[in-house]
Amino acid sequence: MAEPLLVVQNLETYYGPVMALRGVSIEVNRGEIVCVLGANGAGKTTLLRTISGILDAHKGQVALAGKPVTTFAPEAIVREGIAHVPQGREVFPLMSVLDNLMLGAYTRRDRSSIMQELDVIFNYFPALVERQKQLAGTLSGGQQQMLAIARALIMRPNIMLLDEPGLGLSPKLVAEIYQIITRLNQDLGVTMLVVEQNARTALEVSSRGYVLELGRVVFDGSAAQLLDTADIQEFFLGAAQNPSATGGRWKRKKTWR
Amino acid sequence: MDPLQLLVGGLANGCVYGLLALGFVLIYKATEAVNFAQGDMMMFGAFMTLSLVNQDGYNLPFGVGVCIAIAAMAVLSYVLEMTFIRRLFGQPQFSVVVLTIALGFVLRFIAGLIWGHEPQSLETPFAGRALTFGSIVLGYDDIVVIVVTLLLVGGLYLFFIYTRVGLAMQACSQNQLAAYYVGIPVKRLSSIVWAVSGVTATIAGVLFAAKGTIDPASGLLGIKAFAAAVIGGFGSLPGALIGGLIVGVVEPLAQFYAPTGYSQIAPYAIMLLVLVVRPAGIFSQVAQKKV
Ligand SMILES: Nc1ncnc2c1ncn2[C@@H]1O[C@H](COP(=O)(O)OP(=O)(O)O)[C@@H](O)[C@H]1O
Ligand SMILES: [Mg+2]
Repeated sequence: MAEPLLVVQNLETYYGPVMALRGVSIEVNRGEIVCVLGANGAGKTTLLRTISGILDAHKGQVALAGKPVTTFAPEAIVREGIAHVPQGREVFPLMSVLDNLMLGAYTRRDRSSIMQELDVIFNYFPALVERQKQLAGTLSGGQQQMLAIARALIMRPNIMLLDEPGLGLSPKLVAEIYQIITRLNQDLGVTMLVVEQNARTALEVSSRGYVLELGRVVFDGSAAQLLDTADIQEFFLGAAQNPSATGGRWKRKKTWR
Repeated sequence: MDPLQLLVGGLANGCVYGLLALGFVLIYKATEAVNFAQGDMMMFGAFMTLSLVNQDGYNLPFGVGVCIAIAAMAVLSYVLEMTFIRRLFGQPQFSVVVLTIALGFVLRFIAGLIWGHEPQSLETPFAGRALTFGSIVLGYDDIVVIVVTLLLVGGLYLFFIYTRVGLAMQACSQNQLAAYYVGIPVKRLSSIVWAVSGVTATIAGVLFAAKGTIDPASGLLGIKAFAAAVIGGFGSLPGALIGGLIVGVVEPLAQFYAPTGYSQIAPYAIMLLVLVVRPAGIFSQVAQKKV
């Protein structure tokens, strides 16, 4: 089998003294959609931020197409072809949709082909076409998510990292976003690494998945395998889904007396 | 004295404050830190120009000397950012502020060592000449100050709206994290912003020294410019200029019409008033960062 496009080996990341990634290894093959599932706080965002160089890896390696990029600056990693669609969209709120997209193309020098590419991209995001002049901060959550994906797409990436693209959106919009992700993968051959809390949604579009728990990969397998596993959502992600916070707090209050 | 005459002098002073305020706002917008060494950078740039063009200095042609000083100050500011400020990346803004205050002290000290503490004046080709309109006397130095300021502010405005790098700087100020994600070299841009504000500081310094005298303590003018930036909304380039003009105009008027001593506190009184009435400044941007 050909060499994987993205190889993450034994990645360790700290926030000060807090160890958020405890030796994570994953692989993504060219043309694949792979998901990393994990409860809130499992380290999904940390993993993607370490891959894109926003956070420094303490140990371990990230390689793209065999080339180690672990120590690269964020802008160098973008130039290598890793595009990050961050959690919470992170658009430029006081700029027009079009300017947001042009900033996505910041690392590209071929101005003329960017314009053609824009047409292709707008095919997938009709909602953005009519709002080109609108300030990104005034878009709805779903539209901002589309803008964030489009802004990553215009980098013409080798691989796209998507951080909970459905977070905070209605089920209908989540379905729409995931449909776009699938189409981009099938039509344009964009390789995708998606991290999600919502296991079922992500697994339906993925070929393989990893389960992350407290900064470690605790399970991996094909999407079918993961879907078969007795109710993955509860099995792997149950703890955070069911915090029973109020009960805990009452108990604690009693002990004060 | 003719109020109109006071107004003209005030506008020219205000331009100097405005340029300094511009430096505050540029750095704040791009890096969310306040550079309290801005006034000392002005003083330092002015002294460099002074020793390049004055007769008992290198006696270079005025334009050449100014250009060299501007270039030198741009490089110095770039290097200062790269070697000191950048190390504090990710630290609380408070540490950056303290660092810039310290930087100001160091610049003041070095200037004192090199150029002494006596007030000195910059020899300019336009010193002492004036145009007269009826009872109004318009000094060439005032005209130069106003024209240069307008050109500089206009140029910066075009730079931010129409150039790729300018757009990227705006992006950094609106969402630094997202700027990283799209591959903007955020750290290099902060250095460039420092260089740009080193340039505006030097120009402000040249204009200031051309109108009066300069000594190592002149950098304290930065505090007045800080007030001007706050009045203008601390985040708006036109606001910074307007804030500077307001401070510049109010000062001589207060000096003339108010009891002795009050003109010194006038800028800060206005700043407090603006903060109470319109906390985000006169030219606050509509959309505010949430959370
Ligand atoms: N900026 C930060 N400073 C300190 N700890 C953090 C920071 N961001 C995240 N963490 C911690 O790192 C762990 C992983 O967080 P994160 O990667 O955001 O999880 P996820 O994206 O899976 O919800 C959590 O325990 C979280 O509390
Ligand atoms: Mg997250």
